[in-house]
Parts: sequence; structure tokens; C-alpha cells
Amino acid sequence: MAGLMSGFGSFTHAVVRAVPQSLAKEALRTGSQEVDLLKVREEYDEYVSVLKHRLGLEVVELPADDALPDSVFVEDVAVVCGDTALITRPGAESRRKETEAMKTALTELGLNIVEMTDESATLDGGDVLFTGREFFVGLSKRTNQRGAEILADVFKDYAVSTVPVQDRLHLKTVCSMAAPGLIAIGSSEPAQKVLKIMQQMSDHKYDKLTVPDDYAANCIYMNLPGKGDVLLHCTPEEFPESAKVFEKLKDHMLIPVNNQEKAKVDGGLTCLSVLINKKNNI
Amino acid sequence: MTTEVGSETDVKKEPEKVPEVQQQTEPQQTEQPDKAADSAAQPASASDDQPQEESQSAEAKSDPEAAASPEPSSPPAAGGQKKDKGISRFLPPWLKRQKSLSQDKPAESTEPPRQESVEAVKEEHEETSQPKEEADGEGGATTSTEQTEEVKEVKEVKEVKEVKEVKEVKEVREESRAEEVQVEEKDKEEEKSIGSADTQPVREEKEGESEVKESEEQTEKKEEKKEEEQVNQQETSVLSALKLKKMKMVVCHVTLLDGSQFSCEVEKRAKGQYLFFQVCEQLNLLEKDYFGLSFKDNAEQRCWLDPTKEIKRQIRNSQWQFAFSVKFYPPDPSQLTEDITRYLLCLQLRQDIASGRLPCSFVTHALLGSYTLQAELGDHDPEEHRLDYISDFQFAPNQTKELEEKVVELHKSHRGMTPAQADAQFLENAKKLSMYGVDLHHAKDSEGVDIMLGVCANGLLIYKDRLRINRFAWPKILKISYKRSNFYIKIRPGEAEQFESTVGFKLPNHRAAKRVWKVCVEHHTFFRLVSPEQPTKTKFLTLGSKFRYSGRTQAQTRQASSLIDRPAPYFQRTSSKRISRSLDGAPVVNVSDYSQALTAGAGENGPSLELNSDSKSLEEELTSLFLSKACFSGLAGSCSADAAPAEASKVSAQPEVPQQTPPRPGTDSRDASKSAEVKPEVNGQPEVVEVVEETVVIEEVVKAKPKSPTPEAAVTVETEHAAEVKEERSLSSDSESEDEAEYHAQPPSTSVSAQLIKEEPEEEQEADLTQQAPPSVIESQPITEAAEPAPAAEEEKPAAQPEEEACADEPLLTPDEAPNGHALQDEAPPTLKATAAEEEEPHIVNGSASRVETEHLPQVICCSEPPVVKTEMVTISDTFAAQKTEISTKEVPIVHTETKTITYEAAQLDGNGDGEPGVLMTAQTITSESLCTTTTTHITKTLKGGLSETRIEKRIVITGDSDIDHDQALAQAIKEAKEQHPDMSVTRVVVHKETELAEDDD
Repeated sequence: MAGLMSGFGSFTHAVVRAVPQSLAKEALRTGSQEVDLLKVREEYDEYVSVLKHRLGLEVVELPADDALPDSVFVEDVAVVCGDTALITRPGAESRRKETEAMKTALTELGLNIVEMTDESATLDGGDVLFTGREFFVGLSKRTNQRGAEILADVFKDYAVSTVPVQDRLHLKTVCSMAAPGLIAIGSSEPAQKVLKIMQQMSDHKYDKLTVPDDYAANCIYMNLPGKGDVLLHCTPEEFPESAKVFEKLKDHMLIPVNNQEKAKVDGGLTCLSVLINKKNNI
Repeated sequence: MTTEVGSETDVKKEPEKVPEVQQQTEPQQTEQPDKAADSAAQPASASDDQPQEESQSAEAKSDPEAAASPEPSSPPAAGGQKKDKGISRFLPPWLKRQKSLSQDKPAESTEPPRQESVEAVKEEHEETSQPKEEADGEGGATTSTEQTEEVKEVKEVKEVKEVKEVKEVKEVREESRAEEVQVEEKDKEEEKSIGSADTQPVREEKEGESEVKESEEQTEKKEEKKEEEQVNQQETSVLSALKLKKMKMVVCHVTLLDGSQFSCEVEKRAKGQYLFFQVCEQLNLLEKDYFGLSFKDNAEQRCWLDPTKEIKRQIRNSQWQFAFSVKFYPPDPSQLTEDITRYLLCLQLRQDIASGRLPCSFVTHALLGSYTLQAELGDHDPEEHRLDYISDFQFAPNQTKELEEKVVELHKSHRGMTPAQADAQFLENAKKLSMYGVDLHHAKDSEGVDIMLGVCANGLLIYKDRLRINRFAWPKILKISYKRSNFYIKIRPGEAEQFESTVGFKLPNHRAAKRVWKVCVEHHTFFRLVSPEQPTKTKFLTLGSKFRYSGRTQAQTRQASSLIDRPAPYFQRTSSKRISRSLDGAPVVNVSDYSQALTAGAGENGPSLELNSDSKSLEEELTSLFLSKACFSGLAGSCSADAAPAEASKVSAQPEVPQQTPPRPGTDSRDASKSAEVKPEVNGQPEVVEVVEETVVIEEVVKAKPKSPTPEAAVTVETEHAAEVKEERSLSSDSESEDEAEYHAQPPSTSVSAQLIKEEPEEEQEADLTQQAPPSVIESQPITEAAEPAPAAEEEKPAAQPEEEACADEPLLTPDEAPNGHALQDEAPPTLKATAAEEEEPHIVNGSASRVETEHLPQVICCSEPPVVKTEMVTISDTFAAQKTEISTKEVPIVHTETKTITYEAAQLDGNGDGEPGVLMTAQTITSESLCTTTTTHITKTLKGGLSETRIEKRIVITGDSDIDHDQALAQAIKEAKEQHPDMSVTRVVVHKETELAEDDD
């Protein structure tokens, strides 16, 4: 029996969703760049391959739905911690229906499902940073206080602190966990501000891994049996300076994953999957 | 002469005070017993004192009355807690004596309720003790109560002093005004020079007195012993309790963590510590610093029992029902030394979880529940442990069958785990919960949004609903303060920030603000500091709200527990089944009620009784305090210079000097706190108006008064003077009398000296009413405080005000004192300080005042005390009363049914002072208002011969509903007035009460 709050980064399953045709044209984006659907699919395939074959996770792939151009970013529609999954209410109305498939999949995985039914609440999973000891919820255009409250109510064991996010889409657009107690953080002013707030709000001390590029701060940490610390991070082609920073993590299994095309629609590495640990469940 | 006498008396007073206090306290204790004994033939010990008194009094009146009074006397002490009693309980002994009573003994003063006894005493005094009594009464009564603590050292001296005092008093009375000017220093010197020799002669002269003193000493000794051997005392007290008012025993019911009830008999005046130790002993707990006793106040809010203060004063009208619980949740339970400690922590957490205070997820409920089963039932037994066995346990607020099944499933996996291991696992998981050890308090932010303040080991957490919206770690907090219902934290500036910022929160009420403030102070000290504020350790609890955590810090308790060397104690892990879980439900015996009844019965004093009844209902009280100050003509100039807003100095030597005596050792500390509060007020009476929380202040007053009545405690404490004083202070603070308090969070290394609490203007207002020496002391404290907080204070308005006020007060005080002599403050203090000052100062100083402050304090003390003593002499004259009544009637805009007017006058002062012709120098009227209180101050300065006389008449209208203990408020006002004008004596107190009969809450 694993104790409470142990096994951070330990996952057995991953839920992903295939890339819809509509993504290239209709997916929401803060910029106005053209998106090459083919490249997106290549990146997606590589991503799934890493999870499935390189890391040995059981990958559940949800079918693509052209009616939901943003549906590839499954992270936003569910927050899973332990054996409990909170089905969110995405801040973008066009994405609300993405939750249906996710709910079904997570239910089938045996998770306790909690749905965010409050119509005044919005929450994007991209605004939820779980450090292993607590949650930080970015208050952004996509996530509001009520959404954060519901999350806090669902995951009672953990402190849930709110962090105002300005000039960025999501909290995790500028940060993520690179290891237990290690926060990867971008260098921009908004990113640093976020970090400062998180540090103030927490009873725990976190080390920080500062990367020059905010987008590069979005990485995926896992602790897998037989592999130890695993880190999926940006490629040197995309963010050479930031990649160098990650490469200093000698103890990690470093896996650069190309995400260049999806970044055009504000998609980070974490956005593409919902990670689940079935073994950790008591 | 008079002045000299006054000063001497003052000096003497200190010693006298001790004796007086002893006498008073003892008399209360013993006299009462004696009285009882008289009526009921009590033990000789008590009777000794009593006999003396009796012999002195010779008049049997006192005996029967005394018998009745004993209980009442104890009530006064309790009075602080119990509001039911009339103002008399709060009033200093001297004031208590009504006009009808020609003269009251100081002892009486200690026991306000004992009017009867007082009368008897009066008679006695008249015969032999009068001198003493007068002396005592003047300075003694107040001093006795206040000084009791300090008195210890003085005791011997006291006797001598008493004798002297008696003489002096007599002289003073005769010559009272003539030579008031004499410097206190001289008095001091005289006292010193006189030494014991003087006293002896005096004793010879007055055998009866000496006897009394001896008896007093004995009683003091007894008291001390009592303190030392509380149990013994209690036992003895139990025996005598029935007869003796003081010795009353009360049964405390403590709900233990396993839900069982522990009943313990404690002396009515026992401190929280005593009960706590009893419980810990029962539990066989050594690592007790993490735990505490809590009780529910009238508002059903959980309050921590301060171990250093009397239980009775803390619980007030609440039942003597307590809960033993974890106060400081160790962040890492694995570092606890003993399994029994961990077990108790587990029990606490199981309560927290079951009640929902500690939220956790389903899985966590299940996991923790499974460890509970393993610890309490051992390995899962398929045959014995079916599902239904589990339903008796409560693992969660809303327990489902699903949860129980999960618990059982997990329980099976713990096979082989010992109970201690299971507890350890339980704690290892529970400690990770985000709300582990977080003490939540409802509050509103600056915009009126509902939030929660969470105090924990690491700092202060701010929650909105379940979300953490801010966090202030202890290192980030420079100062913690509260003012009225506002709670403030001053934040250390960030790297890029230049200025400190202050964050304010609105609590539901003043009590809540104080509660969260105290919890913060305690948590900061316990978890953040290596040791409690060392420099002021004795000084932790300073005036008013200078509450400090005086227990061991986590670091210290860890160190101490590392020395624990005993085999692991065996303890029974009782089942934590639902049935046994009654956290608060246990019925409590209304001991308080009983005591109240007793007091009421005892306090047959018509006026007091009436007051009592009144106090409960809505009331408006109009109080007029007449303060007269006699100054040297030479000093007069300084007097005129006095900044004192309200006070005016008249050029007439009045007997007032003796009056000024009032400062009591014990009271001083309280007074100090009060005074501290008062000080701020002094700055601007208008500020006083701001203070809404007069009630709090009032409470403090009550406590203070009780203290005075409780000289016994002080006496016993002698060795622990400082501690007691602290306690008193803390009590005052606890009592919430403090509107404001500051606590400067210092780094662990730094001692807590920085922590200062400032009190509100309300007190100041009251202080304005009466001028007391204690205030000066208070002022000194404020100053010190001001010095420390000064930087921060500015930032924080609340804090700043106090500081500013304090500063202003000081100046004011000096001016006020000036009549006596500023020089006195500086110079005289040293001498006095050396003797009495030390005693007193420590008390006062102990609390908050920093070392620097101590200097001031002593000065203040010196000045104030002597005068105070004199003041105590006040007697009640019917005529005056009548006048007062008239006044009150006129002024009071009362609508309600009952109207009562009581006038207390100082026999000496009033007639003389009033009668003497003089040249009116100045006259001014100052009016200040607060929500509950309106204070009008008339100051007139008159020149008489070579003396300037300042008369201050304060009219205080206290308006409030049952929430306010008007008696306390009044008492507070009087005390504050005294404090504000330490060099002045109170010559007359007129109490006019109008009450709406409708409500009798208390």
C-alpha cells in the first residue's frame, strides 16, 4: 500500500485523443499562425509512440471528432489525481463537449468520476499544476475561482492555491513539474511572477528549473518502474537554449519530443494526455 | 507631612500593600474563614488573621457579616469572571466602601463584595486598625491587591511599613494636606532608613496591628505554601472551602481525547496550569507541550485555557467544562518521543477527521480508518471482525458502507502491524493533509469578502472557501496585532519592495480578533522561535494584551522530551467507537452558578447586589470620578505644564496624596495593561470614542479587580511575582479587555521582546476618568512598546495609535506626575523601584515592557503606588452620595426602569479638598465618546496657599446591552482613570445605573 501522496510521477495509463481535421483551421489559438495538420499528426504519433512503446504506458486513444477541433488537448477536460478524476468544465464553450468521451474512458478505467456541473464554474486542466503535495490552479481566462473551488472540494487531501495568470493561456503554459519538488519555469515576467506566487503560497519548498522559453517549461515528468525519472521535454530544434537546460538533468531519462506545430495552437506537451496511475490507487 | 506621608505611605504602601494584600487577601481568605469560623468556628490558621481583625474590630458585627461575606469576597475575585456581581466587586476596596460605610479596610478592598465584612472591618479599623486600615485602605487596598504579587519580598518590610503606614496614615489624615509636597524619595529613604527598627516600635505601639500583620504573614505563608502545594492547598481549601470563601473548590470536567470524562477538583482560583497538569498526570503524558485545555465561551467559540491565568477568570460564566486537546500539531509526529504522545495525537486527529475539521478524500478516510482499526483491534480477524463491527467506528463525517468496506479491506493488509506502528502510519499520512494542524478562523478581507484565516506551524494561511488565496509564512510577518475586531499582520517587504505592508482582516468581533491574534502569537512562538521571548520571559505577558506564549517552544519541548527516560508507559487504547465520542456533550456542573449564588448571598451589600442585578440587564451607567491632585507649588508649575489633557492641577495641598496610593501590586500589572490601553486614549480621547470594544476593556478591568481581591494568590506567588504578574496581565489580555495588541514576530534567535501588544484607546478613556499610578506604569510599557514597534506602528494605524498614544501618555503622565514631581518619576523610582519597584516592575515589565520600559515603569509605579494607597482610603459619605446621585440623575439620560446611584467617596479627600478655598487657575471640559462610552472630563486647577490642586471630574456613561459587564466597565473606567493619573487620588465615585429590566443575560 502506497501511502498518501507517494508515488508522484508514477503512471500506468495515458488517455490521448486523435487529431481532428478541424484542428488546423478551427482550433483556438492566441496567435494567428498557419497550422500544418500533417505535422501535427506526426508529432502526435510520435508522442503516443513514446508513451506506449518507449515508456510502456497503457495508452487509451479517444477517437478524433471533427466537431471538436481542440479535442486533442485532453488535459483540459479532466484532472486525475489518485483514483479520482474531475471532469472539468472547460472555459471555452466550444470545448465543453470534449468531456463526454473522456468521462466514458475514465469511467471504464475504474476511476471515481466527479463532474463539474456548476455552470458558473470553469476550469481547464491546463491551469492545474499538481506538484505531488498540492495543487496550484491558475486563474486565467479559462479558469475561474469557482472552478478552482470545486477542484479543491474534490481533492480534499491537498492544498489548492490559486495563482493569477496573466498574459498566458494557462498556468502550465509557463511551468510544470520537472521532478518531485522541481518546477520548470519560463523566464518571462509573467512566468516569474507565477513562480513567485506559487512559492509564497506553498508550505513546501520547490526548486526551480528556469528555462529561457516559456513554452519549453511545459514538460512531462514521470517516475516509472525500471526507468526511474523520465522527462519529456522540448527538442533542441525548437528551443535550443531551453533544451540545454533540460540536458543538465543527468539523472533523468530525457526524451525530447517535438511539439512545434501544436505550439501554434497553444498546445504544450502536457496538453496531449491525461496520465493515470492505477496501481497507486489504494 | 501628608505628602511625605503619602510618599512614605506609598513606599510603605508597597510593603504595606503586601501586608495589606496579605491582610486583605488573607483576611479575605482568613478573615472570611475567620468570619466563618466565628460563625462556624473555623480552623485556627484562618482564624488567626480573623481573630486579629476581629479583635481589632472587636465588634461582632463583622463576624456575622464576615461569615456571610467570605463567600462574597471570593466572588469578587471571581467577579471578573462573573459579571453578576455588582460593581462593588470591581471597585477597589476603598471605593467599594460605600458612603454608608464610614471606612473600609484595605482588606475589604480586596474583597469588594464584602461590604458587611468591610463594615465590620471598619469598626475594627476605627478601634485599632483604623490607622492601618486607613493606610491600607488608602494605598493598601489598591496596593494590596495590586501589590500582592510584589509584596512577597516586601512582606517583612510590609509589616514595618504597615505600622508606619498606620502612623503615617493617621498623621496624614490629620495633617493630610499640609505637607503633601514631600518627595516620595524622601519617603523611600525614610522607609529604608527606618528599616525594621521603625517597624518594630510601631508594632509595639500597635500590638494588635502587629499581630494582624503576623497573621497576615502567616496567611501569606500559607498562601505561598498553597501555591507550592496546590493540591495540599486545595485539600485544605476544601476543608475550609465551605467555610472560607477563598478556598472554594470547584469540580472541573475535562473531556479527554478518547471521549472519557475526567473530573478534578480544583481550588476555585487555580490556574489553568494546575488543571492541565492534573490531566496530564492522569494521562501519564510527559510531552504535554503540544496539548492544551480548551473551553467553550459564551459564544460557543473554543478558547484555550491559559495555563498561567486563573481558570475562573478565563471561563467567566461558562461552565467548568474543558476539553483536552492538541494545541500545536507537530509537523513531524515521528519526532515525538513517546508512543503515548503519538497515540493522543491520533485520537485528536480522529476527532478532527470525524468532525470534518480535517478534510480528507475517500481514500484517505479509508486508509486512516484502517490504521485506526489496526491500532485498536489488532490484526483483522475474519471471524470476529465483520462489517458490523466497524460501523461503530466513525472514520469520516459522512460514513458510507463503501467506505467501511474499503477500511476493512485495507485493515486486512496491515496484518502484523503493532498498535504503535499503526499509529505511526496513521500520523505519517495524516500529517500530509493540507489542513493538518491548521486552526481556522472566520474573517473578512478588506473588501468584506468572507475568508478564513488558518494559523498553522508555518504561518498564516488565507482561505476563501477551500482555496488558499494567500499565505504568510512566519518569516514574512513582522508584526501581528489586532485592534477591536480587526486583525493585522505587517509583512516584511519583498526583495523588490521598499516598504512594509500591513494586511488587515475583519473578524466577527473583538474577541475573535483577539483569539486569532493569540493563536498566532502562540504558534509563532512555539514553532518559529527557539525559545519564548527570552528577554521578557517573565515579561511575556505584559500589560493589557501583551499576551505571549510562555510555554515551551517546539524546540524546547523536543529537547526536553529527548531527556525522557522511562520505560514506555502502558496505556490502554480505548476504542474510538462513535458511542464514546462525545466531544463536548458531557454535562457540566454549574459550579459557577453555585459560586455566583454564594457570592450573591454573601454580597448582601444592598448596592452591590443591585448593581449585580443591573449589570446583567441593559444599563446605562453614569460614573463621575473626582480626582484631586495635590502638587507642590513648585511642582505646580510643572503641573500646569502637564500635557494631561483632562487633568488640571490645582494649587492646594490636599489629602489626596494619600489617596493616590491606589496602585496595587497585582493590580498594577493589570492596571498596567489597562493603563497601556488607556494611554492610547490619553493621546486623544476622541480615539477612545472609536473604541467599540469597551466590553473587552471592561473585562480586563474585572480581571484586574479580581486580582486585587485575590491578593492571596499574589501572596502565594511571591516567589513567582513576575509570573503572576504576567498571568494577570495575560489575563487582562485574555479577558479581551485589550482592544489592541501587537506582537512583533522576531526571528527565532531574537527573543520575543519585540513582541508587543498595544491596547486600545477605550481603556484610555476610562483611564481619563480616574487617575491611577498604575497607568503610569502602563505608560512606561507603552513607551517601550512604542520604541520597538515604532517603525511598524506607523504603518499600522491600530498599532501606531497605541504607540503614539503611549508616547503621548508618557508625556502626559509626567506632567500629571509633575505635581508630585517628575523628578520623582526619575529619581524616586529608583529608590522605590529598588524595593517595591522591583517587585512591581517585574510584573509590569514582565508582560510587555521591555527592559527600557522597566525604567519607566518603576518610576510610574513609585509615583502611582503611594498615591494609590492613599486613594484606597476612600470612604463613602452619604451626603456625597446624595450629591452624586443628584448629579448622576441629572446627567444621565436614562430611559429605563431601574435607576440606582451609589457614591463612593474617599473620606479624607473629599471633604477637605472640596472645602478648601483656592484660586481657580484653569478649568476645562473634555468630552469623548465611543460606541458604548461617553466620557466627559472636567479639569479644574486651583491654587491653595503654596499648593496647586487639580481636580478632575470624569463622567462616564457606559451604554450597552447585556454583552457588556457594566460593573466591569465601570471598574475598568475607574482603574484607567487612576492609571492615567497615577499621582492623583480618587476622592469620589458616583455610580448611577439605569437598567432595562428586560434582559438578564448573564
